[in-house]
Amino acid sequence: MPWTKVLVDQEDLERFHQEGKRTIKYVEALREAQAQLLESDSRVFLLGEGIDDPGGVFGSTKGLAQEFGSSRVMDIPIAENGMTGVAVGAATAGMRPIFIHMRMDFLPMCMDQLINHAAKWHYMTGGSVRVPLVVRSIIGRGWGSAGQHSQGLHGLFLHVPGLRIALPATPYDAKGMLIAAVEDENPVLVCEHRWLYNTIGFVPEGLYSVPLGQALIRNPGTDVTVVALSYMVLEALKAARDLEQEGVSVEVVDPRTIAPLDADTILESLSKTGRLVVADVASRTGGACAEIGCLVAERIPLALKAPLKRVAFPDAPTPASPVLEQAYYPGAEAIKQAVRETLA
Amino acid sequence: MRMMLFIRRFEERVISLYPQQEMKTPIHLCIGQEAVAAGVCAHLTPHDYLSSTHRSHGHCLAKGMDPQLLLAEFYGKVTGCCRGKGGSMHAACPERGILGTSAIVGGGIPIGVGHALAAKLRMEKRLSVVFFGDGASEEGSFQESLNFAVLKELPVVFVCENNFYATNSPLKARQPHQDIHRRAASFGSPAEVVDGNNVWDVYRAAERAVRHARAGRGPYFLECRTYRWQGHVGPNCDWQKGCRPKGELLEWMDRCPVEAFRSTLMREGILDEPTMDSINREVSAILDSAVLFAQESTFPDAEEVMRNVYYMSGA
Repeated sequence: MPWTKVLVDQEDLERFHQEGKRTIKYVEALREAQAQLLESDSRVFLLGEGIDDPGGVFGSTKGLAQEFGSSRVMDIPIAENGMTGVAVGAATAGMRPIFIHMRMDFLPMCMDQLINHAAKWHYMTGGSVRVPLVVRSIIGRGWGSAGQHSQGLHGLFLHVPGLRIALPATPYDAKGMLIAAVEDENPVLVCEHRWLYNTIGFVPEGLYSVPLGQALIRNPGTDVTVVALSYMVLEALKAARDLEQEGVSVEVVDPRTIAPLDADTILESLSKTGRLVVADVASRTGGACAEIGCLVAERIPLALKAPLKRVAFPDAPTPASPVLEQAYYPGAEAIKQAVRETLA
Repeated sequence: MRMMLFIRRFEERVISLYPQQEMKTPIHLCIGQEAVAAGVCAHLTPHDYLSSTHRSHGHCLAKGMDPQLLLAEFYGKVTGCCRGKGGSMHAACPERGILGTSAIVGGGIPIGVGHALAAKLRMEKRLSVVFFGDGASEEGSFQESLNFAVLKELPVVFVCENNFYATNSPLKARQPHQDIHRRAASFGSPAEVVDGNNVWDVYRAAERAVRHARAGRGPYFLECRTYRWQGHVGPNCDWQKGCRPKGELLEWMDRCPVEAFRSTLMREGILDEPTMDSINREVSAILDSAVLFAQESTFPDAEEVMRNVYYMSGA
């Protein structure tokens, strides 16, 4: 199916064009989703620091303020936690705010409102009040972004019941999951990755939603399961293609959301392959990799034929120097190495 | 008068029942502060929003919340306003505009501003009233919320109940300048300080505030100086523990807002003993039935633990 395909080559693009399927960039898919949501639902409004800038949050909100006006696409003061509270309040009062952060590193300033308020409000009010809030944030990377402009913090929020966490890896998912997030009655964090913004893929023109909580097999295989998140899906597919030349068949699973996590798809794949590599765009300890590993240990401990491997950032803040960055960020090579180790 | 008395009697009832240990939830009483809740909420419609704190009983009752739902929540019963999931600090009553209350100091302030933003975006003539304490005025969320509300001219009435204590820390130990309303004024919001123990003063100030906000002229800030008689949490006084000077408490008790208003009304011939007696009897009867309802209601099923973590359609 075209929407399960992560496009990495020109051949696919040409084929899609021949089939009359539209292809656009990840960033364009995000922008289109928001434009269509603003168009179709008067409850939707966007807010964020500088979202009406000419750059428009790396292009993802470009021109929307001009098109829909500053009350629907609202620049706000530099007050992350307070403004999250305002968004929570508007959501509980029946609006559908999308709060946009240029960097995921700014979410720690919103933690009181996200963790103590948004995540718990529906529960604490005995189900009488809902918080249909969407928070978009972007994992930065590269070009010396260093410790405060590059973090993947989704693992931190995974620990908090009441939040949904989406990590779309393709343009199709970027649009469909953002729409699903807005349609959801719960607070949803949509975690994007800067390196995905220019990737191109098949994206339908109308409104459609990708259900939260459904994993996808991005590449079928029989020897090793690689569960990859966000940008790591692309690296895992590269690794799978290379390993195929070596006669190793890799199944790449993209969970797409970590809350809720589609355990069944992961466990089913692992039951088949018996070998597991988990790849994340965050530091190694205590995050989504650890949770997926624990899931396996709890549910099918005997399925593992070899110790599982984690491919993630080292447990250190991101360094700035290009040489250090190269040492810091794992990619397809690290995934290949991890796969080979599970086969050794 | 009736509302102030009702809040007072409600809180006294909680004090008398609390030692039975059937209410297994912390309790933050507002005895001494009734005039603020009653004086402000008298101007609100059920349609208006209200946001509050862990010390919210008076605000919720004055906004028209059913006392039996509140009391049943304290008892942890499934009939409580939050199905036994919120306890005393998270009262909610959406049909009265109370969309939940926060126990994080200052946490409810931006949320109340968000209610006002929603109203403004939908072009509804609907106010948001935000209650909070002097302690919350030290939080970043207070400055952030005021700034935004003024910037966007949102229909918010901020009501700071300055009772001079944050848990046990006196205001003097926490703030170099004691005039909280002046900080609000520095953001460009009209702001005034009111004797929070004089319900008539509160009522008239709130009338100005509500009129201003309803006219679409942006937020209005009231600092109501008042005093809580009981400890920060629990049914007891705390001066014996050295939390504050007894003399200070006695001075404020002399200025009891309920008694002061009663005697004024009596003196002016607006109220007489028979009327007062009948109000007392009526309040008592409502509270009797609320207590009975709370005590006789059932506890939630154990499955309730996992219900409402997420909203599921059809669930």
